[in-house]
Amino acid sequence: MSVLSRLAGGGVTSQQRRKILRGVVVGATMVAASLAGIVPVLDRWVKRLRPPGALPEDEFLAACIKCGQCVQVCPVKAIFLSDVDEGYGLGTPYIPARDQACDFSCDALQCILACPTGALTHALNAKEEVRMGIARLVEPEICLARQGLGFTGPARGPGYTGLHRYMEVDRWTPIPIADHPYDLELCDLCVRECPIKDAISLEPMSDDPADKRRTPVVHQACVGCGMCEMICPTDIPAIVIVPGEKWSAA
Amino acid sequence: MGAMFDSFAVMLGREPRMPRRDEMTPAACDLLACQNTAEAKAERKENLTHRVTGRHKWRNRRWAVLIAVNLLFVLSFRFDVQLVEGALTASRVIGFHFADLNSALQVMLAFKTVLINLVIGTSTVLAMWWLLGGRSFCSWVCPYHLVAEWTESLHLWLAGKGWVKDHPLHRGTRTVLYVIFALLAAATGYTVFEFISPVGILSRAFTYGATIAVIWVVLLLLLEVVYSRRMWCRYVCPIGMTYGAVGVVSPLKVTFDAEKCWHGGECRKVCLVPHVLHMTVLGANTDVRMDVGADCTRCGLCIDACPTDALRYEFKGLSKLI
Repeated sequence: MSVLSRLAGGGVTSQQRRKILRGVVVGATMVAASLAGIVPVLDRWVKRLRPPGALPEDEFLAACIKCGQCVQVCPVKAIFLSDVDEGYGLGTPYIPARDQACDFSCDALQCILACPTGALTHALNAKEEVRMGIARLVEPEICLARQGLGFTGPARGPGYTGLHRYMEVDRWTPIPIADHPYDLELCDLCVRECPIKDAISLEPMSDDPADKRRTPVVHQACVGCGMCEMICPTDIPAIVIVPGEKWSAA
Repeated sequence: MGAMFDSFAVMLGREPRMPRRDEMTPAACDLLACQNTAEAKAERKENLTHRVTGRHKWRNRRWAVLIAVNLLFVLSFRFDVQLVEGALTASRVIGFHFADLNSALQVMLAFKTVLINLVIGTSTVLAMWWLLGGRSFCSWVCPYHLVAEWTESLHLWLAGKGWVKDHPLHRGTRTVLYVIFALLAAATGYTVFEFISPVGILSRAFTYGATIAVIWVVLLLLLEVVYSRRMWCRYVCPIGMTYGAVGVVSPLKVTFDAEKCWHGGECRKVCLVPHVLHMTVLGANTDVRMDVGADCTRCGLCIDACPTDALRYEFKGLSKLI
């Protein structure tokens, strides 16, 4: 009791004891609430695609100050902030690539420049150096190119709000994908709209020159920006980004 | 120096105490001596000019500033005017880095690497709030403070009806929590406190849209209404403590003039942190003129409430200059 009495400054009355007890209960509640945030992190409930330059996930969660400045500078509004269900990820930025991918419309990695803490590392100088994840053909059977099919119309339907910068339309301003319909003999959208050189290509599926079928092949230049996942015209995307994935050394 | 140490210790949780006679200046002793009979006290009260109470000059100015600052964040993003980008945890004000001292501290402890941008942002904010009074951040900028002020009136109304009761906590709770949150950030490598910080949650929700996390803020407010008056700001928030530490040495203070005080205690009734106004208790002032302690949020409610103008804002050194 002597420690408590010193804390309270003099003799501890029953009123002061109650104050201390309430402090302990409320304090413990607050600490418990704050620690609850680790559960979604440890269980990796959601694996988010982080903006360009993001440090490895654990370091990223430590370094991010949860201010959303990266959200504000993105010209295609690709960055969103996580909610409380992601624990310590609360307030951290992610890119929902299927809804809006990063297509490097800003040319200069604006989100990285905006980041005040280096959670998006300033060590990168060009979009080619970014490593957000790797594209993977997860639904090969629905891929239009693999069936030798073409594609006509807006890639994601008329109501889709996602933006993309078409160099041939406007060098500076991204436009809605809905405003840019296609007429393709063979669907090559993932290759056509990929902002990175030599990251993805369509390869023949047999030696027969009459065989129109092609399969998308992802190469090591892929930065995981999500443009292919966004533009893929099938109901669910045939190709998606695996966040944080790295090429194995082999 | 002793006064500074005292104000810091009271902020950490020590109860303010009555001074011994030998700790008081002769002028303070004289003033006290002329109030030691009931008649003398009544006469003094009579002589002090009374004015109408119930004015809200500083409160209204403060609310206007608080709303304007938070609106600047929202409008800067909504209309892309780039005046104040980001949230209260970190931002850029016309291009200059600003970082909230407590958020920056949590990140530094968790990340264990400090980037130059963060140093710049933190120093700028440190200098700014040193000039402006430290915890003035709380009452003049923090959005949680404002909503908590509104729910506080609900609490007081319900308490007046006898339906709820205030359950004060020991003020040392905040000090202990401050240490725990710092240790947790360093040990786990996560910014643990940010997960429950209503300031970050609200500030982000205003700018980037509502989140489920706002429910936590509502729960906190509910707890303050039914259980403990201003619980978060008084007994929990480490942000207040960080800015309070800056306020220890700030030149912007609320000052007390014992000659104008008849010790009615109106100021302490409205104060978020009444322990800083302990000197307004009869016989508690060691000097005739005193500065209100570090934990003071410079909100000005006491200045509005005082019927005899014994409390006012002062910027140290400026009054001499003018």
